[in-house]
Amino acid sequence: MLAGYWPILLFLIVAGGIGVALIVIGWIAGPRRPSAEKYSPYECGFEAFEGARMKFDVRYYLIAILFILFDLEIAFLFPWATVFSKIGIVALVEMFMFLLLLVVGYIYIWKKGALEWD
Amino acid sequence: MSMSSDPMILLWTLAKILVIAVPLIIAVAMYVWWERKVIGWMHVRMGPNKIGPFGLLQAFADVTKLLIKEIIIPTNANRFLYFTAPLLAVIPALAVWAIIPFDNGAVLSNANAGVLFLLAMTSLGVYGIILAGWASNSRYALLGAMRSAAQMISYEICMGMALVCVLILAGSLNFTAIVEAQAGGKGLFDWFWLPLLPMFFVYYISGVAETNRLPFDVAEGESEIVAGFHVEYSGSAFALFFLAEYANMILLSFLAPILFLGGWLSPFQGWHLGWFSQPGWWWLFLKFFIFATSLIWLRATFPRYRYDQIMRLGWKVFIPISIAWIFVAGLFKYFNVVTIGH
Repeated sequence: MLAGYWPILLFLIVAGGIGVALIVIGWIAGPRRPSAEKYSPYECGFEAFEGARMKFDVRYYLIAILFILFDLEIAFLFPWATVFSKIGIVALVEMFMFLLLLVVGYIYIWKKGALEWD
Repeated sequence: MSMSSDPMILLWTLAKILVIAVPLIIAVAMYVWWERKVIGWMHVRMGPNKIGPFGLLQAFADVTKLLIKEIIIPTNANRFLYFTAPLLAVIPALAVWAIIPFDNGAVLSNANAGVLFLLAMTSLGVYGIILAGWASNSRYALLGAMRSAAQMISYEICMGMALVCVLILAGSLNFTAIVEAQAGGKGLFDWFWLPLLPMFFVYYISGVAETNRLPFDVAEGESEIVAGFHVEYSGSAFALFFLAEYANMILLSFLAPILFLGGWLSPFQGWHLGWFSQPGWWWLFLKFFIFATSLIWLRATFPRYRYDQIMRLGWKVFIPISIAWIFVAGLFKYFNVVTIGH
């Protein structure tokens, strides 16, 4: 059953090898001439006066939380989508009820303004 | 199974992986050349034409240049994460090709859960971007990474729902089975683009947004945040991000035909046109070429979207359409509106 999957693991290892090899080649082939200005973080012509790790708009976190909700829902839909025609009307109705609950939540976050970006 | 312990089979699989990975990397180089050439023509100029015939070797010269440039590590950067990020971007972008079929049977791993692996790999791509922005410890990089990550996860939902619609009709998570489910006597009218027409557009546009391409490339808008998450990267570390982005574009141009346009099936199947009605890998590559060129065309034609417009399109337009079409696809399947397979 799992026999079809080990080439995928091997491909992951080869892909990692290609990535590491390119960085190592660049590290060896490239020059190294240190200078304080060159190694400072990019700014528009002045020295960075504080760290880059500043506070962030809470909407990004909100988007991340909503993403987890919707992505989980898709994870539930995947097995249903593959087999529901074999189960019949019960699976269809139950998943429609599940989706309707999701739509209620979706309308709620829309009305609450969680999807606004201005 | 003991297959993996046999050294001959291990070597054979390794060879097959290289037969996929090496042409893929060359395809990335050729795609960059084609992009510059097409955009040049659209701007009524020549594009690259100095190195090699028609400038064909330009991309290889650029790769060589990138490899012999210094890899700059900013003083404030977190060195370990700084080098992990490009690897995390490139590994999923290459490894996802393990489950992409090029013809009936021409696939490295005909895994049953191919679509799940695809979703897993495309989700991992976000980590490379957000880590790159964080580890660089630079304002522009962090801003670009946050924008890019929020945009990618938003459009991933729409892509996932489009995949669910395809799965409902095909009834399988296996890519070969998905393509074969689109076979039929009506040729291109048996493919999934017809019953899933809105999802086809949702998938394609989400794919463009997912790969951070114009008109959705606010993450690296030159005039606003210079190059976004990879502003601090140079040399071969930058080349890895570049490779990952173009490999993902090529992936999108393969997946759209496989999921919605019958993959390697002929558009004239069942029309009794002799050779033209036969399925074959050339159909898949022809469709791929059309899609890959359309991505370039989009770049030359459309101005950049504003960020709030991008988020509104994803959350307030595509998600309602997707949820509605899951209902529709479910009803299609239940009442056997769409013919599946021969």
